[in-house]
Amino acid sequence: MLSRTASSLYWIGRHIERADFVARLIEAALQFELLPQARGSDDWGSAVSSSGAMDRFAASGQDVNRTNVIAFLAFDQDNPGSIMSCMDMARNDARAIRTAITRECFETLNEAHLAMKTQVRRGKTGDIQGFIDWIKSVTRGFEGAMHRTMLRNDSLWFLRLGSAIERADNTARLLDVKYHCLLPQGEEVGGTHDQAQWTALLRSVSAVTAYRWIYRDGLKPWLVADLMILRREMPRSLAACVDEAGAMLACLRADGGRTGAADRQIRKMQIGLTKLQVDEVIKSGLHEFLQEFLADNNQLGRAVSDQFLF
Amino acid sequence: MTDLAFDEMHGFTGQEPRSSYRAIADWLHRTDHADLASQQQAAETIFRKLGITFAVYGDEDAEERIIPFDIVPRVLAAKEWGRLEEGLIQRVSAINAFLTDIYGKREILKAGILPPELILANPQFRLAMTTIRPPHDVWAHICGIDMVRTGPDEFFVLEDNARTPSGVSYMLENREAMQRLFPDLVAAHRVRPVESYPDMLLAMMRSVAPKGSGDDPCCAILTPGQFNSAFYEHSFLADHIGVELVEGNDLQVVDRRLFMRTTEGMKRIDVLYRRVDDDFLDPLMFRPDSILGVPGLMDAYAAGNITIVNAPGTGIADDKAIYSYMPEIVRFYTGKDAILPNVHTYRCREADDLGYVLDHLSELVVKLVDGSGGYGMLVGPRSTKAEIEAFRAQIIATPQRYIAQPTLALSTCPTLVEEGIAPRHVDLRPFVLTGSKGTKIVPGGLTRVALQQGSLVVNSSQGGGTKDTWVLADDEPTIPSPAANGKEA
Repeated sequence: MLSRTASSLYWIGRHIERADFVARLIEAALQFELLPQARGSDDWGSAVSSSGAMDRFAASGQDVNRTNVIAFLAFDQDNPGSIMSCMDMARNDARAIRTAITRECFETLNEAHLAMKTQVRRGKTGDIQGFIDWIKSVTRGFEGAMHRTMLRNDSLWFLRLGSAIERADNTARLLDVKYHCLLPQGEEVGGTHDQAQWTALLRSVSAVTAYRWIYRDGLKPWLVADLMILRREMPRSLAACVDEAGAMLACLRADGGRTGAADRQIRKMQIGLTKLQVDEVIKSGLHEFLQEFLADNNQLGRAVSDQFLF
Repeated sequence: MTDLAFDEMHGFTGQEPRSSYRAIADWLHRTDHADLASQQQAAETIFRKLGITFAVYGDEDAEERIIPFDIVPRVLAAKEWGRLEEGLIQRVSAINAFLTDIYGKREILKAGILPPELILANPQFRLAMTTIRPPHDVWAHICGIDMVRTGPDEFFVLEDNARTPSGVSYMLENREAMQRLFPDLVAAHRVRPVESYPDMLLAMMRSVAPKGSGDDPCCAILTPGQFNSAFYEHSFLADHIGVELVEGNDLQVVDRRLFMRTTEGMKRIDVLYRRVDDDFLDPLMFRPDSILGVPGLMDAYAAGNITIVNAPGTGIADDKAIYSYMPEIVRFYTGKDAILPNVHTYRCREADDLGYVLDHLSELVVKLVDGSGGYGMLVGPRSTKAEIEAFRAQIIATPQRYIAQPTLALSTCPTLVEEGIAPRHVDLRPFVLTGSKGTKIVPGGLTRVALQQGSLVVNSSQGGGTKDTWVLADDEPTIPSPAANGKEA
């Protein structure tokens, strides 16, 4: 496969995943907003931080409030991490490599692109919950088309590799931000507000039931961390994402793709997570662990571009 | 003018439909306008979903626009097509012989058929090609010959597109749309299929691979990228023939061989179907500022390690000044009269013709010899006095850059417009493929239609649309019974 094509596929995977994640961030913030407000809580600010775009938002000089953050995260075309930008980039990449994905995959992105353009042009951006539900259905539709119609070959492996790496990045970011704002000043650990925050976090990644099913226990912060970091059953956990990325790299190796730094990096990340217990993570500092993971994951992204001559 | 034109369905009389159109006339007669309009809408939805779009240069809002598709097909009876096919093969064979000659022995110049400066001082003449022989001596592998019609048996060649003609994807997609929307109507007409075009194209490309590229030559299509107006077509073709769609920065020349960068390492390319103009192919040879091509490509070509489709330098054959000599060119290389006549052409470079043209601007169509896409032309009868005078000044300044032709009464074809079915002017672009084993044509081509009433400009960049072109296996369709055709009613 052309390296440029591989690069586009990889970035389609990443951008679709990112669009889905940002939609979920907004949804989570909308839910936090419904909680009885504790002093100093900053739900919309934390949504911007989780998206990794706080510096950019701050530079715009806008107040952190519901309207501004939604506009910034959902529709701002100057924010490369907004849903709109992600969907545009994914669709442009899809158009450029139209030959490497199936018609159904392309149509999903193309129709979404056309619908979004129309919606923004008509100024119909008021029903944010409706928009979020729609974006989630678009990304599900794309993944469905991908799994149903794409050949099991390198095109699919690169798409899924991009998704896995982006998803790991997003999960780590989400946890890291919630780690910071987890305890509003003066409130006790495990208090009602705390519980509600963790529930909303789980709900934003559709994992409330998963939590109950796995732990059969009340919400405990360290178990939430365990679920999101180490549980391989949990499709968004760091361990599951790293496994998926590893599996995709193995498929690419088996198909005759080049081998190198990315294979070594994923191996290192897999070993690191295999030996880990959640107690250790908490003891040695969740924030430090997540920062290190994000750095490793970025390194993996760079190694992938080098290895496949992107 | 519309009143005087030959109508593809009704002929000159405006009465009974011609036999090849009987079933179409019947269908249009019994389907009401609202139904036709909703089918037209359905076709557009199909196209937009598939992302068949066309970027128009200089029109940013319309970065992506669909070429309008008209659901009323253009029909050619078997015997009409038979003669066209024979004439097209003759013409394209002559074009290839002409290119071999002018970049080689130049016998046509020695014979005094063409003025030498018309070739040697022509901006489309590529000096580099005088020392390079394309593999298998094929130059214009893919030609799109624009034809117009003025009567039942009067077909004329309007332009020979021997560089990188586009539109073939619309031919294929239009058929697919018609088959989806009107399966019974298509079936009743026994329309000859066009679906084999991608296979024919690939077979042609493989047949012209350089010697020594083995049994399984690697082919690729070179595109300027996704912002090119014809990008959809480039990707469509790559997809349908199963080859990589490459951009300049995917390619690299090493040891006079062309390679593409892949996830498995560098891969050798044997045949490159380029949809990039000569000027941009190789910055070392042509425009040094080009980033669309590949440095060293022409060197690899000179070494005989790559086939470029079409060969660089074919533009000389579709130059509009050369066009006026095509009847002589055909006769010189085939020894026979051209089966397909030219439209009479006045060469402004010649004093007598120039005088005539300047005296009759309001009646003529004047074109830049190296213009394309409907840009840089004057349609006399449809222009204001001021436009004509502005053009007159340009012609007087550089007469050698212009040719002029009489305004033809182009044939019309019934077309669905807002008010109902109305005649609109059409042309036809068949796609002619030449490989090492000869010349082939898929039956039909792209029919373009000028959607504005009375307009003669069919170019998609100027608001033209397209129609499916049906070459019938017989001379007339069997009229389907109304019951068998219920779906469309």
